[in-house]
Amino acid sequence: MSKILIRGAKVLGGEPQDVLIDGGTIAEVRAGLSAEGAGRAGGAHDVTVVEADGKVLLPGLVDLHTHLREPGREDSETVLTGTRAAASGGYTTVFAMANTFPVADTAGVVEQVWRLGREHGYCDVQPIGAVTVGLDGRKLAELGAMHESAAGVTVFSDDGKCVHDAVIMRRALEYVKAFGGVIAQHAQEPRLTEGAEMNEGVVSAELGLGGWPAVAEESIIARDVLLADHVGSRVHICHLSTAGSVEIVRWAKSRGIQVTAEVTPHHLLLTDELVRTYNPVYKVNPPLRTERDVMALREALADGTIDIVATDHAPHPHEDKDCEWAAAAMGMVGLETALSVVQETMVDTGLLDWAGVADRMSVKPARIGQATGHGRPVSAGEPANLTLVDTAYRGLVEPAGFASRSRNTPYEGRELPGRVTHTWLRGKATLVDGKLT
Amino acid sequence: MQRHLISAADLTRDDAVLILDTAEEMARVADRPIKKLPTLRGRTIVNLFFEDSTRTRISFEAAEKRLSADVINFSAKGSSVSKGESLKDTAQTLEAMGVDAVVIRHGASGAPYRLANSGWIDAAVVNAGDGTHQHPTQALLDAFTMRRRLIGPDAGLGQDLEGKRITLVGDVLHSRVARSNVDLLHTLGAEVTLVAPPTLLPVGVETWPCEVSYDLDSTLPKSDAVMMLRVQRERMNAAFFPTEREYSRRYGLDGDRMARMPEHAIVMHPGPMVRGMEITAEVADSDRCTVVEQVANGVSVRMAVLYLLLGGNEPAVTHPRTEEK
Amino acid sequence: MDKHDTQSDARPVLEGPDIARVLTRIAHEIVERAKGADDVVLLGIPTRGVFLARRIADKLEQITERKVPCGSLDITMYRDDLRMHPPRALARTEIPGDGLDGKLVVLVDDVLFSGRTIRAALDALNDLGRPRAVQLAVLVDRGHRELPIRADYVGKNLPTSLRETVKVQLAEEDGRDTVLLGAKPTPQ
Repeated sequence: MSKILIRGAKVLGGEPQDVLIDGGTIAEVRAGLSAEGAGRAGGAHDVTVVEADGKVLLPGLVDLHTHLREPGREDSETVLTGTRAAASGGYTTVFAMANTFPVADTAGVVEQVWRLGREHGYCDVQPIGAVTVGLDGRKLAELGAMHESAAGVTVFSDDGKCVHDAVIMRRALEYVKAFGGVIAQHAQEPRLTEGAEMNEGVVSAELGLGGWPAVAEESIIARDVLLADHVGSRVHICHLSTAGSVEIVRWAKSRGIQVTAEVTPHHLLLTDELVRTYNPVYKVNPPLRTERDVMALREALADGTIDIVATDHAPHPHEDKDCEWAAAAMGMVGLETALSVVQETMVDTGLLDWAGVADRMSVKPARIGQATGHGRPVSAGEPANLTLVDTAYRGLVEPAGFASRSRNTPYEGRELPGRVTHTWLRGKATLVDGKLT
Repeated sequence: MQRHLISAADLTRDDAVLILDTAEEMARVADRPIKKLPTLRGRTIVNLFFEDSTRTRISFEAAEKRLSADVINFSAKGSSVSKGESLKDTAQTLEAMGVDAVVIRHGASGAPYRLANSGWIDAAVVNAGDGTHQHPTQALLDAFTMRRRLIGPDAGLGQDLEGKRITLVGDVLHSRVARSNVDLLHTLGAEVTLVAPPTLLPVGVETWPCEVSYDLDSTLPKSDAVMMLRVQRERMNAAFFPTEREYSRRYGLDGDRMARMPEHAIVMHPGPMVRGMEITAEVADSDRCTVVEQVANGVSVRMAVLYLLLGGNEPAVTHPRTEEK
Repeated sequence: MDKHDTQSDARPVLEGPDIARVLTRIAHEIVERAKGADDVVLLGIPTRGVFLARRIADKLEQITERKVPCGSLDITMYRDDLRMHPPRALARTEIPGDGLDGKLVVLVDDVLFSGRTIRAALDALNDLGRPRAVQLAVLVDRGHRELPIRADYVGKNLPTSLRETVKVQLAEEDGRDTVLLGAKPTPQ
């Protein structure tokens, strides 16, 4: 493999430096590297030079919450199209949720997904195993077998459904301690959310849509942090969406409870006011909340109460969104817009610097998911999983250009900052000048 | 007026008064030997009913036929819709047939809004009730009934309902009638009070332009009109209230309670009534109860709405199929 | 009729006393032609036709010493140009108590121009009853008929050009009685 010299990149947003990649590894990081010098052995022609020209270089992003839909719903996404979308968005690892058909509740299914990711080579795919068989919340899936499979599953989640039975949740939390796993909870009290279609509040009262109350999320999170405390396990909270949930997680962390939490880009930007359009592109679970919640989530992400940003990339075919609200599927695609939304809501607002973004979108998610080789410092000797971002760019979101098979983005036509121009997975370019390789 | 009628909240005070005034003239057509006007000749209106509602459908149908429109009734039951056809495909089928207006009843809140705003169809859309969202023509016929009874058919012309005290009682949470009425009555200057057990009021009701009370007896003496909302028995099973008997005792309207209302005050009900639940037979059959009038007024109000939406060149002129001569 | 009634160059062709005189004449003609006006019903076409009909009815009452039934006939819903304008507010149709069957209906309007309003009025009458005969009284006939319609009683024949406007003002609506002849504003 030849060498790559990235010239003039602001590493984690710092002073411009030159970064030399040799094979799958970062060879050198300093100012004033030349192609001739870098190519010592074979001459300058062996070195591909990328003029970063002030763009920001981050460790490859890690998404702890992606729906790749394969197997079962290849009409909305496949491992190939999903990992291409991930590479476009600057990701080098995605964790694939278990709610496929069949459900990823056996070693066989998780190995299949893992292997497809490796074969396509755009992005590492780390399958998440189901907590319960068929996601039905009643019987633990073979968590140990999934962990011991080639996929080496460490994150387990019934995402899309809540592990609502307190005993099952307790057992799962305890059981995965044996191999250092973590349960990622989709916090949604099922009885409180029967017929729920949007955030319960002023807007739902007016629109006559079934309310999804904040307390349905908060009560489960409160229960689960207490359970985690009681059994000495760690718990991860998926797509935390309310100001109240932030308070509970903040309290739990102050008590030393091992809890981590994620927020989605859309919950950092959008509010339930958008539902007034009845456009199902805004239908998502958990639902878009209020302005007050959005502000609390941003603050919590900035102060570390919320550990990471995860996309909850949820592709759906056009017909599942081009219909009336009640009939529409829940979810939004997010891999290709996540970094832009984070720049808009966190960086351009001064809440987070680029080092902070690297922490929330790469370092921490890799740590929670135990994705070795990802979320590492940008320094010599580290795996060359890197993302180059043109942070000065501003442009309209055009879903037609998405690599994802689905187009259900809530940002169509919206102006957002930042554009990922290059992504490298272990030194291999997966995205060059905004084009997939 | 806007091109569509989706929500009572979309109507300005002047729009609403114009509709009520127009309905007053339409009501006189019913007294004529020939109860028909040529106004919508050559226009095609589809009554697209995804939810059964015979009374609303025939009210619209009567209004459409009195205005000489061509009427197509489309019921989802037994049609391609029950076999999984989407709202979009149904809409586009109707569009291809050259429909000028779609009167839609749908179980999903927002379906008429989607139909009007998604680009699936060019026709005018009239909401005939969507989920628990809105039922604007019901609110208009209720306001029309109130204005006639509380002010007078002729004295009311040009007038709104400024200062009239209107009380809505019952299942506000699941009621599109309540939402539409609160919006419209507020626009018309009335003072609205909602009375219901707290379980049957939506979270967020505190931002509505109305008062909220849990106590019917204290509200009745201060009411010019009391509208009883239907309470479905199945709500009992979802723990919204303990028993039918307890609901009736606390929130039902019987003769004793009606006697506490001012002498001029009227009792309204959007129908169908659940006698013995929210209203006793004694009240339902009394002179003060306007249920039957409301039905008659429904036709006049719907004629007015259809005339004002379709009677002119907007949207007709932008719709080449409807150009005649 | 034209909305632009305040052009500076509009000049009166009939003033208050003239209008009173021609309405009196029309009333006399109705009595004469209808042989006593026993079965006459006056129907004014809103807005100003209704006021004219009432004035004629008063004069008929003075002449015959009997009340003459007088009502209004709104023709909005019968217009042939509905689709060329936004929907109009409706005016009142008021048919006097005994109805129209077998009666001599005299339609009353302010200006007779293309004849389309009267065509619509005849259609509307059709849905309201079966008069013995229908006649037409107008304050001003300005010519330019587009349909085979003529007035039975004319206050004033006023030959006009299509570039001119005729505006009737009546005290009940406009505060004074006058008929103004003006020029159409030139398009800017």
